[in-house]
Amino acid sequence: MAAFDVSVGISQGSFRLEFAVSCEARALALYGPSGSGKTSVLEVIAGLRRPRRGRVAIGGRVLFDAAAGVDVPSRNRRVGYVPQDALLFPHLDVRRKILYGSPDGDWSSAAPVVERLGITPLATRRVADLSGGERQRVALARALASRPDILLLDEPLAALDRAMKRIVLQLLVDLRDQLGIPIVYVTHVSDEATAIADYAVVLDSGHVGASGPAAEILASL
Amino acid sequence: MINVWELAAFTAVTALAATGLMLVPGVGLAWLLARTDFRGKTLVETAVSLPLVLPPVATGLLLLWAFGRRGPLGMLLGGIGIEVVFTPAAVVLAMTVMGLPLLVRTARAGFEQVTRRHEQLAETLGAGPWRVFTTVTIPLSAKTILAGAILGFSRALGEFGATIVVAGSIPGRTQTLAVGLYSFIETGQDQKALAVLVLSLALACGAVFVSNRLAREA
Repeated sequence: MAAFDVSVGISQGSFRLEFAVSCEARALALYGPSGSGKTSVLEVIAGLRRPRRGRVAIGGRVLFDAAAGVDVPSRNRRVGYVPQDALLFPHLDVRRKILYGSPDGDWSSAAPVVERLGITPLATRRVADLSGGERQRVALARALASRPDILLLDEPLAALDRAMKRIVLQLLVDLRDQLGIPIVYVTHVSDEATAIADYAVVLDSGHVGASGPAAEILASL
Repeated sequence: MINVWELAAFTAVTALAATGLMLVPGVGLAWLLARTDFRGKTLVETAVSLPLVLPPVATGLLLLWAFGRRGPLGMLLGGIGIEVVFTPAAVVLAMTVMGLPLLVRTARAGFEQVTRRHEQLAETLGAGPWRVFTTVTIPLSAKTILAGAILGFSRALGEFGATIVVAGSIPGRTQTLAVGLYSFIETGQDQKALAVLVLSLALACGAVFVSNRLAREA
């Protein structure tokens, strides 16, 4: 179990986000429709977006605290971020992409996860030669190879077929249970949220609509 | 009597040297203008673009004033025994100043095309600013930077106005293809003028063709 203590306020143009959650969980799901602010919360946790106020502390690590003047640069946050569009570097082959954030740059230490994600045969391919599902799995492998303290996943199963969804979901559950990496999981699919998260926050138009134990909250929707 | 091939070789070598000289400050300036906001940015933008709009002879005059024996930079360099005006170094200087704006403008557009999100993602993977710049920003804008360098090189190849003011037209010492062409026309050496014209056209067409190809592929 990790402590998630995130409360942030963002304004960008006409969009306003007021988000607050404080809970103990292995994985936290951010659930809601497109445009509700889920991705913005992930970007704040990753250090890619600076909130005007608030505090972000996960697993006892304070990443941002406006009142105390703490703002850990994103390169030191040790987050494994998987954006919805994968955002793979177009100039690197799959192998070099996956090893980009690896502390030892050693392919053999990334190999077990790569093998489990079924992307070993893609090692020498470039982005243009990958399908949407393959891109998403490469992005996940890249995030895991950096040995993060926190996993931030933005709709990581969106482009996968049903069989691959099951495999990746099981991998994430294993990572959560065996390595104890806290996960923030963004989704608009309630089955995914309940399978991975034990706590859920429902976002709607930049505000928290409901929050609590994932199974309970998502069943009530 | 200097031959046309020697002129072409001297011009190519000085233009290459100028391109090498403009590369680091040009790419640095392009990145600064594309990615940062600072006080005096408009002033820097104006100064960088000035050689594009000023008559080249006026740019040459400014360089002559700055690097002449009594100019601020000329006195500084003179103190350590370096003379610039009316030497091959002055040719390279004029070519660098005239080619730099083209490199900066093209490379800046390249940096602006690189999505900031790729760089941010590299940061989340632990990369510091220098690693992000060298492993993400530069590779993703490499073709545009190269296209800008080729444009700068092409401009340097054809440079005339600033060169003739700051370097003169000394055969075998500071005479380039463009300056030579003018000199051959002036002295009625039509055969040589024609040969230089054909050579200049071929070089310019080749450089612009390669630059356009690279810019399209970027």
